Parts: sequence; C-alpha cells; structure tokens
Amino acid sequence: MEAMAIVSIFVLAVFVGFEVVSKVSSTLHTPLMSGANAIHGVILVGAIIVADHSETNLELGLSLAAIVLATINMVGGFVVTDRMLEMFKGKKKEADK
Amino acid sequence: MNRTMYDLIGLAAGVCFILALKGLSHPKTARRGNLIGALGATVATLVLFAYNAPLNNLGWILGALAVGLIIGVPAARKVQMTQMPQLVALFNGVGGGAAALVAIVEYLNLGAEATTAEVIFTVFTVVVGCVSFSGSIITFMKLQELMTTRPVVFPGGRFVIAATLAAVLGASGWVVVELGTTPLLVLAALSLLFGILFVLPVGGADVPIVISLLNAFTGLTVAASGYVLDSTLLIIAGTLVGASGTILTRLMADAMGRSLFGTLFGAFTAKPQNVSAAGEERPVRSGSPDDVAILLNYARRVVIVPGFGLAVAQAQHTVRELADLMISKGIDVAYGIHPVAGRMPGHMNVLLAEANVPYDQLAEMDEVNPTFGQTDVAIVIGANDVVNPAAQTSPGCPIYGMPILEVSNAANVIFLKRSMRPGFAGIENELLYDPKTMLLFGDAKASLTKVVSALKAL
Repeated sequence: MEAMAIVSIFVLAVFVGFEVVSKVSSTLHTPLMSGANAIHGVILVGAIIVADHSETNLELGLSLAAIVLATINMVGGFVVTDRMLEMFKGKKKEADK
Repeated sequence: MNRTMYDLIGLAAGVCFILALKGLSHPKTARRGNLIGALGATVATLVLFAYNAPLNNLGWILGALAVGLIIGVPAARKVQMTQMPQLVALFNGVGGGAAALVAIVEYLNLGAEATTAEVIFTVFTVVVGCVSFSGSIITFMKLQELMTTRPVVFPGGRFVIAATLAAVLGASGWVVVELGTTPLLVLAALSLLFGILFVLPVGGADVPIVISLLNAFTGLTVAASGYVLDSTLLIIAGTLVGASGTILTRLMADAMGRSLFGTLFGAFTAKPQNVSAAGEERPVRSGSPDDVAILLNYARRVVIVPGFGLAVAQAQHTVRELADLMISKGIDVAYGIHPVAGRMPGHMNVLLAEANVPYDQLAEMDEVNPTFGQTDVAIVIGANDVVNPAAQTSPGCPIYGMPILEVSNAANVIFLKRSMRPGFAGIENELLYDPKTMLLFGDAKASLTKVVSALKAL
C-alpha cells in the first residue's frame, strides 16, 4: 500500500480514537479498557495470515502459538467485558422500577 | 472473493470497532457497544477464511483456534468479579505476545526481501509486544498477590533499567543492519527483560494505570503489524486502541491524582523507601459486632466506604442488607465510592450493582466528601489507601497527592479489616490509631453478618 495512504489512515484513526473516549465517567474506565483490550485481539487476523504462508515448521509453530494467544485475548476479552457490563444492566433495571 | 470485497468487509469491521468504543463510553450503550466490537472481530476473522480459501495449514489453524477458545472462554466466564482486573492484564499480555510472535514469523518469512520500513516496523512490534507481554505478566502477579504488591526497587535499579533500555535500542539497530534470526531473538529477550524491570518499581495503586498503558502499547503493535502484513483493518483497529488507550490512561491518572509522567518514569526515578519500623506495637481500639451495631443504631447519617476487602469477601449482598436495615430504621445511608477503590476504576460500582444497590445511594467522592462533617459514622469496609490521610499530610509517601475520601471528618470511623496489614500500596494508615476509630477484625462478610443480626436484635 502507498505510504501516504497508510499515514493518512493512521492519523485519522488516532483522532477518532481520541474523540470517542474523551468524555467517559470513571465508572466505565474498567469496562472500556477491557473492551479496547478485546479489540486488539484482532491481531488474530494477523496470526492466521502468517500461519497461512508459513513455510517452515518453526514459522508454523510460532504462528500457531500466536493464534492461541490472540484467540484468548479476543474471545476472552469480549466475554469478560460483557460480564462486567451485565452488572450495569441489573442496576438500570433497578432504577427503572 | 476478490480483494475489493475483502477490503470492504475489513473496513466494515473497522467501523464496528469505532462504534464499539463509542458505545462503551456511555452506560446505556456499553453492552451493545461491546457486542458490536465482538461482531466486528468475528466478521474480520471469518472473512479471512473465505478470502484466502483454502488456507494452507487449515487443520492446524482451526486446532489452534479451538485451543484458544477452550482456554479463553472458561477463564472469562468463571473468573470472580474480584479477579477481573488481573484477568484483563493477562489478556492484554497474551495479545502483546501474539503481536510479537506474528512480527517474528513475518520477519523469518520475508528474510532478505524485507524492506527497511518493514524491518523497522517489525522491530517496533517485537520490542513493544514483548514489553507489553512481560509487563502484563508482572502486573498480573502483583494483582494476584503471587508477588509483593509494593514497589520493587533495588539499589542501582535505575542504572540497570537505563542500561537495559540502551541494550534494547542497540539490538534494534543490530536487527536493522544485520537482518538475521539471532539479533531478533536477542532483541526479543532484552525487550522481555525491560518489560519486567519497567513494571517492578510500580506501586500497588498505580498498577491499573500501567495496565491501561500497556493496553495502548499493544494496540500500537497491532497497528505496526498491520503495516507489515498489508492489512488496513489491523492498522485501524490497533491505532484506535492505541489512541483511546492513551486517553484512558490519562483519564485514570487524573482520577487518581497521579502524574502520568511520574508513573511512567517511576522506574527511572524510584528510590528505595524506608519501610516504617515493622513490629511497632501501638494501641488500637477494637470492638465487637455489638459495639458497632449500637453505634449505628443511634446514628443519623452513615456513610459506607467499600474497598477491595469487600470484593474479596464477596460481601456486597450483606452490605446491602445492612444498608437496607439501617434505612428501615430511618438512618440516612450513602455509599462513598472512591474512583479507584478496589483494584481498578469503577470496580466498586460493578460489585454493588451486582447486589442491586440503588444507583442514587452511590455517591462519588466529590459529592460525599463535604458531607463527612455531618456524618455520625463512616464504615470503611476493606478499604485502606483511599481513606489514608497520609495522602494529604505526608509528602513523599507513595500515594501523596491522591484525592481521598475524608472519612476522618466523620464523628466515628469503623474499620472492618482482616488484620493490621497495610493496604495495597503498603503504607501505614494513621487513622487506624485515631481515638475515634473502632476496628472490627475478621472477614468482611462474616463481620457484616454479625453486625446485621446484632442490629436486628436492638
């Protein structure tokens, strides 16, 4: 890909990242961190790409290890965030009553 | 599937991640936001199988995915609310490790064909991914109390750290110039070591900030891998996490009254601390559950200050029972929530929400602090550092400058504690020796249950 396009994507994504979380109450700091943590688990895509074009046993072994770790990060991250937020749902219901 | 279709679906996944972060910033939309993020990640993974079909090593890939699922899902499902922070740290660490491994494989694969830019991004990913991995493991061990929660500082430590950093930079240069497996492995090893040294001197209260920072680091490594692997999605997702993680780290540091700079470079500036003379015996006033019940029975206003001890004892339901009982006796009850009570910002809100504590009883620090003067009893349940007056009175102590709940202004203070052991930050709390303080030793849940039955009997 062209270097300029990559730089543009990067810079714009930085600003979007700053913007979306700039006003968040301390109550949500932990779930937000945990959710962002799960999102970087998408490195799983990278791990599968390198596993696909691995040529030696060493490369394959390392990339399979990467797949295992990335899957734990991604799936575990979303599940644990959901569990945290489940608690907030209970609270809302209570307040509505 | 052609490349355009693949890229468009990747872009859609990127948009999902933006919506996810946006949703997670508001209580009402948080859960949906998380699910949108999960959807984006799932789509991004599945589309890869369709685009590159059939993948080489498909059986191996599916097997590794299954292993990850078998480990990750039960871990996330079964973890207790109290252990959530260390699990997040661990997940972040394995993500960083995965990014580093991906970079190493890609480097081996490209061999001499790698362009200089690719090598530089690879070096960045390996260094930061390894630091994030080993650093997160240390924070996990600190939070799980597998090692001391105090800052670990050894004589000459900062020189060792500075030397390690210099070695990491040297090895980075070596990899760029030499292009080989050995330099890369040396670089990875040095980076792992640096990650450990970087986190060791961080004291208990700063651990959440470090986790957040390492989280942002991992995001950036994912973005760098995106460049090497020619994946726009990884660049977008990684950059989003890097940027939002940086902001979040700053917000957390602000909430705790910590200087971000001080936390980050604590490793370089930390000095060995004089541990206050251990074993020094000073009189404390301890009471029985009946004494506590009597004190509460005649109070007009009570503020409950929950801390990590409440989480450990799983006493959130019992504390609600006590609060309801007091309210039925006409006592004005509020929960004073310190933003970082527990081991992470918002930890207490999550726990009390689980016990269905009405939202309007939870008071944030700024709201509740001016009311302590009119409060008859402040009950501190398993909290220590967040009410420690040393944060206001003794410059030089590790938590100096952190805003605290000023429970010492209340007419009476009751501490429910397991023992006289100092809090997570390892600092002695003068308030425990104050004449108006009464201590009730024991597991928070057991103590609260006894107080509830004593109060019922009155």
